[in-house]
Amino acid sequence: MKQLEFERLHNDFWNRMQRILEGAEIIESERSTEFPSDYRRLCQHLAMAKSRRYAPGLTNRLNQLVGLGYQSLYGQRIKDHGQIVEFLVTGFPAALRSNAPYLWIAGALFVLPYLAMMIACLFNDQMLYSVMSAGEVRMMEAMYEPSVEKFGRESQASTDLWMFGFYIYNNIGIAFKCFATGLFAGVGSLFMLAYNGVVIGGVSGHLTALGYTETFYPFVIGHGSFELTAIAFSGAAGLKLGWALLAPGKHTRIKAMHYAAIDAIKIMYGVFIMLTIAAFLEAFWSASASIPIAVKYLVGAILWVAVYYYCFFFARAKVRLYIEHNAAR
Amino acid sequence: MKFDTICLVETPEGIDLHAELVGLVPRSLAYGIDLLVRIGILTVFGIAVALTGGKLGGLWLVAYFLLEWGYPVAFEVYRNGQTIGKKAFNIKVVNDDLTPIQFGPSLVRNLLRTADIFPFFYVFGAISICLTSRFQRLGDLAAGTVVIYAEEPAYDSSALDDVTPVTPVMALSEAQQTAFINFSLNRGNLSQARQQEIAEIIRDVIPQRIDDPVDYVRGVGKWLLGAK
Repeated sequence: MKQLEFERLHNDFWNRMQRILEGAEIIESERSTEFPSDYRRLCQHLAMAKSRRYAPGLTNRLNQLVGLGYQSLYGQRIKDHGQIVEFLVTGFPAALRSNAPYLWIAGALFVLPYLAMMIACLFNDQMLYSVMSAGEVRMMEAMYEPSVEKFGRESQASTDLWMFGFYIYNNIGIAFKCFATGLFAGVGSLFMLAYNGVVIGGVSGHLTALGYTETFYPFVIGHGSFELTAIAFSGAAGLKLGWALLAPGKHTRIKAMHYAAIDAIKIMYGVFIMLTIAAFLEAFWSASASIPIAVKYLVGAILWVAVYYYCFFFARAKVRLYIEHNAAR
Repeated sequence: MKFDTICLVETPEGIDLHAELVGLVPRSLAYGIDLLVRIGILTVFGIAVALTGGKLGGLWLVAYFLLEWGYPVAFEVYRNGQTIGKKAFNIKVVNDDLTPIQFGPSLVRNLLRTADIFPFFYVFGAISICLTSRFQRLGDLAAGTVVIYAEEPAYDSSALDDVTPVTPVMALSEAQQTAFINFSLNRGNLSQARQQEIAEIIRDVIPQRIDDPVDYVRGVGKWLLGAK
């Protein structure tokens, strides 16, 4: 069949499909069952046009129509009904628990440098200067002077809202970087975890040695449960990505990394939520000087228990089922 | 290594869908436009914050954060794979099976910008785009996404309406037939001089007595397409 005749024969059909696929024409409900067969007919036309070597213009037009049809037939729609709840109840704990080895390693990489540096700074008041400049140390000390009205990273023009913005921007940015640099065979995440452990541990030890415990610990205990845990989680997600590159197993490196990323990003959704909560707490709860210290310790302790209970013990049977179900798929 | 800007994906119907991949330059320029848009928004918002006495500086930082990480994700998921910059260059992000991108892959590819930026100015990303067969930066590789041209120029057979079909005087090989047809249909994209030039190349299969090779080739093309 010559091309022009082929076009004459099917042009009306193609035009109708184009209107439907571009959303200009709604398919009546009784005819919507015909869409798959119409789409296959379109595929057949494209195959014919290719095998008969019709002009590229025509093949391109059919390819474009088939592409649109393919997307509406097979493309996944975004379902957001109940997805967030499902994620919070089972999805996030499942993502954490099925990646326990990475969490242990990331946790250790953060906690061990933290403890080592904290002890070092407790006994040597010059130690902190090895990782922070003198100006930064002075600023850190000024922030937690027991005489100040407000605690935490403050500047003259700051308000609670300003600090909230700063924590969102800064802390979540750190977590995202901690994750993303895992792409370099995990080295970036390793470094970010250990570095943050050293700096935060150093500050805790230094301030404890100075005797600023009355201001420092009540300030950090509340949001620390969310913030420090989330930073370790983001490092774990990065390590998973890096490990997939180093030891891809039965897949190609690219495929292995792709599968690792699908899982790791679920941890990152949770990290984002945790750090947003942490920023709220840090700006509006931890920084407040009017709340009694005892209350801060009590709430802080409850939050630590709650975060770890939720992440690792909450709804164990249900989450285990969810993991098995997803592994089977 | 084989370089080809066409990405082929086989559908369940056994059809090879094709899409044209986008290289480094249009993607960089699209990124530049997005960057300007973001800077513009932050500048306007920043002026507004300054006018209200700086009390809302925290919101400005939140906006900065959301624009840096959320802007591309929001556009890619809800605007058919196109940020403002990508739309300007008629390119879009899709999954590597050419289905529309979803939230997860979009977030992966945009969070991993941090790795692509490394050590500065997207050096790793640029190297990755140049070295991978489907022009993917590191984030694309992990997310399983590709950047393609949004659509081919529309096909218009009315370009031949003014032509009278001409029966060729000699037998044409398959490749020659394809060349005649494609020339006749693509004329709109070529300048007069260039058309003349191309028609002259196939002088061998054009009878000597023909004065205007362009008209002749187009006529034969129309005849080959089936017009009588």
